[in-house]
Amino acid sequence: MCGIVGLLIKKPEWRESLGELMVPMLIGMSDRGPDSAGLAVFTATLPEPQRKYSLYSKDKFDWESLRRSFPAAFATVPEIQSNGNRAVLISDREPDLVKQWLKAKYPQLHLLSTGRTIDLYKDTGKPAMVADRYNFSALKGSHAIAHTRMATESAVTPDRAHPFTAGEDFCLVHNGSLSNPYSIRRRLEPLGIHFETDNDTEAACRFLEWRMREGDDLETAIKQGFVELDGFYTFLMGTADKLALVRDAFACKPAVVAETDEYVAIASEFRSLAHLPDVKNAHLYEPAPEELYVWTV
Amino acid sequence: MDSLTASSTTTDSITFDLAQTSLREINHYLHHNLARGEKKIHILNPDGAHNIAVGLNAPVDVEILGHAGYYAASMNQLANVAIAGNVGTGVAENMMSGRVHVKGFASVSAGASAHGGLLIIDGDASLRCGISLKGADIVVGGSVGSFAAFMAQAGRIVVCGNAGEALGDSLYEAVIYVRGEIKSLGADAQIESMSEADYATVAELLAKAGFSYNPQDFKRVASAKQLYHWNADAVAGG
Repeated sequence: MCGIVGLLIKKPEWRESLGELMVPMLIGMSDRGPDSAGLAVFTATLPEPQRKYSLYSKDKFDWESLRRSFPAAFATVPEIQSNGNRAVLISDREPDLVKQWLKAKYPQLHLLSTGRTIDLYKDTGKPAMVADRYNFSALKGSHAIAHTRMATESAVTPDRAHPFTAGEDFCLVHNGSLSNPYSIRRRLEPLGIHFETDNDTEAACRFLEWRMREGDDLETAIKQGFVELDGFYTFLMGTADKLALVRDAFACKPAVVAETDEYVAIASEFRSLAHLPDVKNAHLYEPAPEELYVWTV
Repeated sequence: MDSLTASSTTTDSITFDLAQTSLREINHYLHHNLARGEKKIHILNPDGAHNIAVGLNAPVDVEILGHAGYYAASMNQLANVAIAGNVGTGVAENMMSGRVHVKGFASVSAGASAHGGLLIIDGDASLRCGISLKGADIVVGGSVGSFAAFMAQAGRIVVCGNAGEALGDSLYEAVIYVRGEIKSLGADAQIESMSEADYATVAELLAKAGFSYNPQDFKRVASAKQLYHWNADAVAGG
């Protein structure tokens, strides 16, 4: 099944509480996706040319050794914030070079996200456990999207959990299944676009990011997705300043939106919205198939 | 009362709070413990829970005060269930008799395969409303999404708003009445002229549902029967 949730805070003073509001939303979708969970949060934006890299290690990893080895390649000490198997590295060096270096020197590390705004967490385990493991309740930011996974298309591993990312400050979560992910891959791979897993959602994520890199804005890329991406889906996407929601033409996969003056909240089912402040007076609706719903921070 | 936690009881009504009492206990009560003669059951804080008041089989009034999740009041028989909120997938699915009234909007597959009874949705219904309908009546105050009444076999659907794509695709004997625009008709569905009996049917169903639209404003959609390929007479005649 899978569950998706998203929250965009309109009232700036509520951004401190993003994680606290989000965790019950995520846990509310545990029955829809009990095997893995993930969350992408969009925080205060780093100044150019800084980038932050969310990193994950399957096994225990010595993050201090990464900090120590970085200056030899880049003549600067990076900032590293670690939490168990996950860390964020912040550096002002050229992103392609940093990524190449990380991949060559630490092939055991998985790069979860890159950007000036996005932080990403994903792991296997029950959603409540994953939320505890990375202290989702303490997260702050303008908007976040999260996912609970019931694996159908590919194995239960941390890298196949959602959100998926491509490029910078872009991520996507998916409830449903695509029927043409391999034909999408076969189109993108000759363009130099590298896939990290066999997961169908990764194809949608890389397709949309490729369209945006080619010059489409988010809305145009999504419309192209309606033409090219075949299957059942509710997609929730995040960029540095936007949250976007779409469903396929048959609307096989559910979604409910609750909007107030303070927030826009999205979930696969109302169960995940029930605890939100003043939700009883929210504008509540079900998104229509193949309609674009985009909110800006 | 057994071990149930009821917020309040009077001789003819009982209130349960889903924030205090498990859904399993409440549904068990509705199935097995109605002998005390309660006329009205209130259920508070549904908060989108699935399967509230499913499979009821007694002429009892149940009011759900808030939004319900999947399959609310499905497989209903005899009961009168009102939901003061929205519902998820499959409200009143496979209803046999009685009445289910959704005061908000309904998600997909509302009234799927319902054999009898009346389903009223004050707001919009999402896709596949009345799919495979087998004899129930459905009145939607708002609009219905695409594929409404897909393969509906018997029963009547009244849509006071608009209809989405492929309305009545592969209909059998069910009839749909639409007041607003129809985005497109499904395979084998056609718009037919309204007879006096049709006007009377629409008036009857609107009255039962509490809507005051003019029956003259409705169009009739039914099957052209071009997809019927069996020959019932051949079976009967041997």
